[in-house]
This record gives sequence, C-alpha cells and structure tokens, in this order.
Amino acid sequence: MSATPELIKINIDGRDIAVPRGTNVIEASRLLGIDVPHYCYHPKLPVVGNCRMCLVEMGLPAVDPATKTPVIDPATGRQKINWMPRPQIGCGTNAIPGLHIRTTTQMVKDARAGVMEFLLINHPLDCPICDQAGECKLQEQATSYGRGYSRYIEDKNVKPKRTQLGPRVMLDDERCILCSRCVRFSKEVAKDDVLGFIDRGSYSTLTCYPGKELANNYSLNTVDICPVGALTSTDFRFKMRVWFLKQTNSIDTESSVGANTVVWSREGQIYRITPRRNDEVNDTWMSDSGRDLYKQVRAENRLSSPAPLADLIAQAKALLASGGVALVASARSTVAEQYLAKKIADHLKIPADSRHVPAHLAKGDGLLISADRTPNTRGALVTGLIDTLPSEKLTQLAAGIDAGKIKTVLVINEDLSLHGLAPEQLARVDIIHIGTHASATSAAAKVVIPSHTVFEKNGTFINQQFRLQQFNAAVPGHVGTHNDATILSGLLAALGGHDFEGKSNAIWSRLTEETPELAGLAHGNIPETGHLIDAARFSHHAFPETEGLHYKPAK
Amino acid sequence: MSVIKVPRKPLTFAERTYIPQIVSGMMTTLKHIVAKPLTVNYPEERPEIPAGYRGVPTLVRDPNGREKCVSCQLCEFVCPPKAIRITPGEIPADSPAAHVEKAPKEFEINMLRCIYCGLCQEVCPEEAIWLQNVFSVSGYERGEFINNKQKLYELGGTLPDAHYKWDKKKAAAEEAALHGQH
Repeated sequence: MSATPELIKINIDGRDIAVPRGTNVIEASRLLGIDVPHYCYHPKLPVVGNCRMCLVEMGLPAVDPATKTPVIDPATGRQKINWMPRPQIGCGTNAIPGLHIRTTTQMVKDARAGVMEFLLINHPLDCPICDQAGECKLQEQATSYGRGYSRYIEDKNVKPKRTQLGPRVMLDDERCILCSRCVRFSKEVAKDDVLGFIDRGSYSTLTCYPGKELANNYSLNTVDICPVGALTSTDFRFKMRVWFLKQTNSIDTESSVGANTVVWSREGQIYRITPRRNDEVNDTWMSDSGRDLYKQVRAENRLSSPAPLADLIAQAKALLASGGVALVASARSTVAEQYLAKKIADHLKIPADSRHVPAHLAKGDGLLISADRTPNTRGALVTGLIDTLPSEKLTQLAAGIDAGKIKTVLVINEDLSLHGLAPEQLARVDIIHIGTHASATSAAAKVVIPSHTVFEKNGTFINQQFRLQQFNAAVPGHVGTHNDATILSGLLAALGGHDFEGKSNAIWSRLTEETPELAGLAHGNIPETGHLIDAARFSHHAFPETEGLHYKPAK
Repeated sequence: MSVIKVPRKPLTFAERTYIPQIVSGMMTTLKHIVAKPLTVNYPEERPEIPAGYRGVPTLVRDPNGREKCVSCQLCEFVCPPKAIRITPGEIPADSPAAHVEKAPKEFEINMLRCIYCGLCQEVCPEEAIWLQNVFSVSGYERGEFINNKQKLYELGGTLPDAHYKWDKKKAAAEEAALHGQH
C-alpha cells in the first residue's frame, strides 16, 4: 500500500465511509463496526473466497448507458442504485467509488443460514471434547447466523479423526471446513508448501503431501488461524478450556524481533502462548519455538532460595566491597534492569572495559527469528550500559581473571561458561549470580539471588527496529524468587546509591530523564503496538540482524 | 409523612375469658395426637426421596461401563461456588473408548462448597453428572468432603443412556472402514 492511499467514499448499510481504494468489504465493514462473518478470509493471507460465508448484497449508482448521466430515482430524488440480483462475497469485493453494500437484508440472512447449514451437515458434534470450543468461529457464527436446528437425517461423513500432521500439529479431518487458511499460510508465509486437499466434494480431505510433514518452526500458526478445531496443538491439546484462561500481553524473548504475544494462564500456571497482532512487527504470526518458552517458569532447574532478599543483598554487598569488580549484564534484561545495572556499575566505579554484555548469535530465519537471540541488545545501548556491540566471547574478562585483576564478578542472567570462561577461571573469582535457572555460573557462585522470568515481571524491551515494547506479568513470581528490579535497586541502595525502593515508576522516571531517546515517555503508557524511538545515535553500529518480516537492515 | 392512628378494637367478653382460644388450641393438639406423624425417626428411618431430588452430585457410567464424562469442564465453569475442579486428560489409544478421545484425569467436587443447585447436571452435554439421592454427608476431616473421581463413580453407578452417541459414532467409523472409505 502506498504511503498516502487514495480515499474513496462507499456506503455500507446506509452509512457512508471513506476507505482506501481496494479495501475489501469485510475490512471496510469492520471500520464501521459491522460484522461480516467469514471463515476463509484472513487479513494477512491471499483471498480465495471459498467458504462463501461473507456474502453481501452489492450495488452501484445507476448511469444511463447512452448519455452517461446519473439516473435519478424520482422517489428519493437521489441517484438510483442498481442492486445486483445475487449476493457477492465480501472478501473478494474491493471498494470502488460509489460502492453500495447491504449486510442486513433477507437475501443476505438466507445466504448465511444456507452456508451455515451446508458447513454443519458433516461437522461432528464434538464440541464437548473439541479444544476450539470457546474460540470457534463455526460455533459462534452458527449461533449468530445459523438456523438453530438440523434438518439432516442422513449419516454424516466419516473421515480420519487423529492424524499427526507434524510433531506439534494434530488434524481432525471431520471438523475441517476446507477454508484452506492453513494451506495458504504454509505456502505463502512459512514458504513450506506441505499441505493440500485430496478427494472431491464432501470427501475432500486436508492432508500432507506424501512423504512430507508439517514440521517447520511456524507450523503452530496454522492452529491459530484454523477457524474450527480441525488443527490442534499437541502441546495444548486437552490441557484446559480457553474460557478459563487469563490473557496477558507479552513479548517473545527468543530474538531481537520481539514478536508480540499473548500468554494464557490460569491460577498462576501458563498453558499456552499465542501471537498478538502487530502489523509493524509480526503481523499475526510467531514461531513454534517461542511458544515453548513458558516451560521455563516451572523448569526443574529453576533457582529459588528461602533466604530473605535483604540477607542475600548484604552478602553480595560484602563481596563487592573487596574491589576488582567486573559486571556481566544481560541483553535479556529489561530496559529498567539494564539501567539499574549501569547505575550499580557507575557507583562501584567499574571501568568501561570491565562492563560486559555477552552476545547470543545464531543464524536468522528470515522471518521472525533474527540473528541476535536476545530481546534487548538495543536497550543496553540506549541505557548506556554498553557503547559497543556485544561479542560472544568474554575474552577481556577471561584475561582480567587470569591476570588477577578481577576478583569479583556480578553476573546478571547470563552463564559465563557459554561465553568462553573455563571452570578454573570461574573458581578463581567470587561470583554473585542474579538469575532464573541453574547453570555452571550459579553452581560456581558465592551468592545466588534467584530472579523472575519474563512471564513473572513487567518491563520493556527494545527490538531490532528500535521499537520500545511493553510486556506484563502473566503469573506471580515462583516461590523463593525476587523481582529483578527489586534485587538491583536493593543492591544499588545497599551500596549507597539512590534508593528507588524497587518502584518501577520511580526507576522509569529517572531513566527517561537521563536517556534522550526515552524522554517524555510515560511509564506504563506505551502503545500496544510499541513506540519507535530515535535510533540516530546508534546508526554507526553494524547490527548482526539480516532481513526479516518488517525489518530491513540499514546499509 | 403524616402519622395515621389506627384505632384498636376493644376485646369482646368471650375474648376476655380466653376460653374459646384455649379450646381451639387444645383441638389442634388433640388432632395431631391421633393423626399420622409428619416427622420420621431419623436416622433409623429415612425419608422417601421424591423424583428429581437434588442430592450429592455424582458421575455416572453408561450401561456398557464407559465413563460418560468427557471433561468438557462446562460444570466447572458454571458451578456458582466453584466446588468442581477437573484435570482433563486423553484416553489412551489402546482403550475401548479411545474414539471418545477425552476423559477426566481427575475430577474433584468439594462438598463443603457445593450448594446442590444442580446447574452442573443441567449444563452437562454428555449427561454424565447427576445429583442423586444421597443428602447426608458427614466426616471427621475436611479432606473427607472432597469427592475424587473414584468416589464420584462409586456414588454414581450406572444410568441408562438414551443416545449412545459415541457408540453410534464408532459403529459409523467401522462401517465406513468396511466400505473402504478412509
């Protein structure tokens, strides 16, 4: 779409609206709050128009064919509308000047009831055992637009009920309404063309091509877009009904893309993660690997400690007093935590060459997983925690330890053994480890302060586009763990620095005062789609990310 | 608001003697001495439970021994005092009821919370939960009042099934397989 789309006037149910030329009737109606029911249409997929649910009445202003002058209806005194004798599909009808649409006439109602009846003819009565119940378009629209009872007395079709399409996706063909959203997604978005229909008529069946399986890292998006319960996630299958789950906005932490997500939890337990629509970042998609991250909350190797936080901070303070301190902060921490880490480093007068943030790099997949596998490297730059791009190996730190210059290392949410430090080097220094899970570093540490995962705290990340995005706590903190901001502000206060009392709004207001890029941003008031910050100060860095969805590296 | 004075009627002579009142009261007492008692000697005698009585909620099996509950959790959702707690589970592929796919792994009804409203029975799409005749629940510990799945099936027993929905579905699948359809 061009930057300034041409607006044209159309009329839906007697109400005029100006929409960009080419907007389809479903989207235009949505702008007016009019629901045009649909199954196969998806805003991020090509239009096929095979479900026929979005039928509407369409008309155009009458023009005299001979003179090309408008035909005036003498009854109303306005230009006559020529209504088409048959309904048209809304998804495939694009806005043209003067387009008139009716969505509430008897013809439209009959068409919808007819389509619903055909879709339900062979649909099984599985709702009590179907995972989609509660978020099923077929269920909702059968209630809103269907006839309410069945006239079908013949036997229903029998199709395969439990087909494993891939490692994470289960297919129930009886429930499938052949909308082909999953087929189009695999082909157009995931670029892994493995799904298709076989057989004809009411025997049509969704299946994988012979010898292939739906195994790509975006396969679970097909489950999200399936309007019925045909495709289900093997991980979430039969775990919990969706109406019990609380939804919390979150951010995928597996890479610097920062895909927007929704975390679904009940009574402190997370059941699944799904993508949240953000047209500037991830459209409506997310990776399968990002959906597994909730398992870290109740992982076996989760760190916890019964000791009060004040005692742990006192122990840490005693170790830090001996001097020769190095800081290893993390690009996985939130912006506020990175700011506090910087404040601690400033307060301890740690020289710039002893402040480290290790990088986690891997190949990007060109879609929603970038080369930088941390969510907040940009945050470390913006807060001033680091001024050069992080590297994977902490060679400088290793050299400092070998030379005996470094005696104490404050490690926040990182495992030094993954970044080129040998066990002997870890044993030679006093380590204070603030982290979520057990690692070689936490095993070697003198003081371990257990902290929260991304699902247990509020915060912000800055993604590869320099977009500041907010996430919220979905579940309360694991027993015996503490909020990272509380730990770091407590440590800062114990060392004699400013006491923020762990209050995030106090930290945020000081942070925005000191950071030009974040100036004036109110705490907790960042738009849901994120806030792009000025990246001019950092344009000289050679970021590792390659091209992906909605991201082009600066040349 | 103004105050309205209600005039009190003075008692008649007969009323002032109290004799008619005492006699009519004695008549009522004497009538009940000879009439059939309204009470029963509980717990030795048990009252007759009328049809449709809402006693302790139970889970039932169909005449073929299949547990009817498919753990759709609608009763858990509708339960006003949140007395029901279900952990859904998958039926193993080697079970004769594998075609039903889903059954409760655990099903708990907290009888300390239950208010015997019967909404669970009303909402159940599988006719699996029934409020039956038991009305007296007692125990020595709080834990004894939480009925688990095993206890619920013991209390519930077997109820006739009017539909055999899942058996019909299995028969249709087997029929289709015979004719080479999938």
